[in-house]
Amino acid sequence: MQKGYSRQGELPKRWENIRRNWYKFSRNSLSIIGLVVVCIIVFVAIFAPYISPHPESAGKFINFYEASQYPSLVHLCGTDVFGRDVLTRIFFGYRFSLMMGIVVLSLVVPVGVVLGLIAGYYRDSWLDIVIMRITDIFVAVPPLILALAVCSVLTPGIFYAMMAVSLMWWPWYTRMVYGVASSLKGEFFVQAAEVTGASRTHILFREILPNCIAPIFTKMSLDMGWVILIGASLSFVGLGAQPPTADLGSMVADGSKYLPDQWWIAVFPAFAIMLIVLAFNLLGDGIRDMLGAEGE
Amino acid sequence: MITLSNIILTIGQLKKHFVTRQGIVKAVDGISFFVEEGETFGLVGESGSGKSTVAYTVVGMYRPTEGKIIYRREDISRESKNRSRTMKKEIQIVFQDPGTSLNPTRSIKQILEMPLKVHNISKNHKDRIDKIKELLEMVQLPVDYMYKYPSMIGGGEKQMVAIARALATNPSFVLLDEPTSALDVSVQAKIINMLIQFQKKFKLSYLFITHDLSLMRNVASRVAIMYLGKICEIAPSFDFFKNPLHPYTQMLLSSIPVISDEEEALKPKKIVSTGEIPSPVNVPSGCSFHLRCPKKMDICFCEDPIMVEVSEGHTVRCHLYIK
Amino acid sequence: MNFMPKPLLEIKDLHVWFKVFGGILKVLDGVNFIVWPGEKVGLVGEMGCGKTTTMKAIMRILPIPPAMVPKGEILFKGKDILQMRQTELQQIRRKEISMIFQDPTAALNPVFTIGTQLQDAVRFAEKSGRNTKKEDIRTRAIQVLKEVSLPDAERVLQNYSLQLSGGMRQRVCISMALVSTNELLIADEPGTSLDVTIKDQILRLLRELAEKRSTSIILISHALGAVRGMTDRLYVMYAGSMVEVAKTKDLFAHPLHPYSQGLLAATPRLTGGGIGEGIDGRIPEYISPPTGCRFHPRCKQAMPICKDKKPPFFKVGENHEVACFLFLNYR
Repeated sequence: MQKGYSRQGELPKRWENIRRNWYKFSRNSLSIIGLVVVCIIVFVAIFAPYISPHPESAGKFINFYEASQYPSLVHLCGTDVFGRDVLTRIFFGYRFSLMMGIVVLSLVVPVGVVLGLIAGYYRDSWLDIVIMRITDIFVAVPPLILALAVCSVLTPGIFYAMMAVSLMWWPWYTRMVYGVASSLKGEFFVQAAEVTGASRTHILFREILPNCIAPIFTKMSLDMGWVILIGASLSFVGLGAQPPTADLGSMVADGSKYLPDQWWIAVFPAFAIMLIVLAFNLLGDGIRDMLGAEGE
Repeated sequence: MITLSNIILTIGQLKKHFVTRQGIVKAVDGISFFVEEGETFGLVGESGSGKSTVAYTVVGMYRPTEGKIIYRREDISRESKNRSRTMKKEIQIVFQDPGTSLNPTRSIKQILEMPLKVHNISKNHKDRIDKIKELLEMVQLPVDYMYKYPSMIGGGEKQMVAIARALATNPSFVLLDEPTSALDVSVQAKIINMLIQFQKKFKLSYLFITHDLSLMRNVASRVAIMYLGKICEIAPSFDFFKNPLHPYTQMLLSSIPVISDEEEALKPKKIVSTGEIPSPVNVPSGCSFHLRCPKKMDICFCEDPIMVEVSEGHTVRCHLYIK
Repeated sequence: MNFMPKPLLEIKDLHVWFKVFGGILKVLDGVNFIVWPGEKVGLVGEMGCGKTTTMKAIMRILPIPPAMVPKGEILFKGKDILQMRQTELQQIRRKEISMIFQDPTAALNPVFTIGTQLQDAVRFAEKSGRNTKKEDIRTRAIQVLKEVSLPDAERVLQNYSLQLSGGMRQRVCISMALVSTNELLIADEPGTSLDVTIKDQILRLLRELAEKRSTSIILISHALGAVRGMTDRLYVMYAGSMVEVAKTKDLFAHPLHPYSQGLLAATPRLTGGGIGEGIDGRIPEYISPPTGCRFHPRCKQAMPICKDKKPPFFKVGENHEVACFLFLNYR
């Protein structure tokens, strides 16, 4: 009976919170555009095999009869030199882009955030120094160079590309969370918890971490765009997805040889990259508006 | 009669110094007092006096640089992480600013649950919820506030939640660091009356810190006034306000705003305080108050006076009273 | 000949609303407020009653997209501030009305020296086509700092705000407000964040300056004690409108509105006697405020009419008016 009561009190409040957050998010119409585009792209990526006009174009496929065709009603973005439908390959390319983003962020965020929390809370102790100096080292290496180095030593391929990008992405989360955690350490609500005798785990994950959620989520959304861009750059230089896998970066690379005559082979994939990066950026702005301004 | 058995807290020559780039900040520089069980001991002073630092050191947020803190018979002159679990249950604190003493990302239920979970006060989830409801009812807040967040409730209500949180562990000693300074007068009245009721009901002892002397007059049984880290005067409440001995006490009392003519008549003759309050980094030599004191003598420049008892329970630290 | 002095500032039936998530906050609900030339008026009200909103409306610094003013006039020397054009408004802000904010630290820019900010203020105040020389500006800045009893004025000019103590920062803010020949000074809880002895100094300073220059002052406070020695007349504000106005002495001696009485009873006295009961309940949500008199849900003497109609001001004595139906038939 009691449990029922608490459930009842809780649900309407949660709905209230969601509505309030949506209000804050939707103040800027660009954020809504970003959200809509991201949703469309995600939908397209998930259902690519079912909704793309020429699904066979995604893999090994050669049809010289249809090669290098202008954009037309049959092939909305034209075909490439192998006769593969560019639009279909873009749809499948989005799959890799999103997968790259999701995999990298799922690795990077937990590791980076936990390290940042610990370093921030134990600020000015040896733990802080060790963690932050290691972070500094990784930050100092230019991201693309590190990825290139890793990928060229190991076999080029999407797996190693993702590992390489993850390796140099975590420090940024550590730094950000370090800043928030170390400033929150002195706040009265943390002191109150310490004085009552709460465990370190409780303080780190239940008092400090919830206050970091807003910048973390905002950064994650903006990072999706960046990771996708870096992944595309790696593919562009041949270190990411290997042919014949449809990948936006390699499509741009291949297509650039045929500029400016068969412009559609490079331009549409490039535009597709721009679209997804921009959409995530706009979404990130909206998330920042939604989570950032706390102050009724 | 004061016997050793009914003193709950004894502070002996407590010092807390902070090392900063500008030098050593002697926030608390040798203070001693005791609190009897069930009484409200008031600590008054302006900014830089060190009164909040005293509270934070007693509750364990800071480690004492020197001196002793003795709770009942146990020496607890350590940081809270080195204190026993029982001690953390027994001594609680309510902070000044309700806005920052509650975690904005946690609901009221989660905030009140924390001390219950830490000290295993309720056996299961259902009991905890009951206890939380009990706490909310005790501070006269509606039970459905459980699911609200601090940003949705007013300052006075936040402070009531902070008080409920402090009382959740059934403490015996509560430090109240300017609990109503950020609140309006009508909310203050409600909270103070509530605190007085709780004191009787749960047999609590309070260390009450405020800069508002009119408020202090009505809550504390004994009052100590601090200046730049040292106590200037301690007296029972009635004596403190009727017959203030230390020039600083007189200065402070003469400056407070009052709302009636009777109160105006009670105030000492107006002493206009000149100059600024010095910072605790640069404590003047001799008696730390001599730069602003209207009654200073030659000896005040070079020698720091010691505390002497002038009448029953009324001690003062001033050369004027040292024979 | 019957000579009626004209009010310096007159707010007539001011309404201010804010558009937020979930509806409209009807914060100010018909504010009526008068300040005569050379007068010191106090405005007492608890947090959230709308006093700062009213002052911001006078200075026209309310953020206009969420805020709106559906009704009301603010007449300064007979002209409606709400209808003024930017140029006229700027003149008023530079030369005639000044405001001192609650938190002096926030009011001063930490990256510029006091000298820069003060001299900017001087320059804006003097702007009337004349090209004032740099030395003259500096002299005026030092003069105004000396007026607020800041020792070592030259050194203060070179300091940054963070190098000064709270009391000194407040004095600097006051000096910036005094730089031009003001008619009206609005002081929003001056000294609230400062210690009692310093606050006392600041309030005395304001009183002296006001008397010397015959400036009118609006002194806003949430505590009754601060306004007692400083003001001639006192308004009490609750939830968006004025509930009582009287000569300060009269209000303290005979508060008539239940809210004023509650406030006075709840204020701790130096003479002891315990703390009076607070006022039950909390300030209303502006999104759906109580009908009629906004205080009626918390009022022990509420009558049925209080729920239906909002009480206007009833005159109960010389310069003493109460907005309460208890005094409907007062003679």
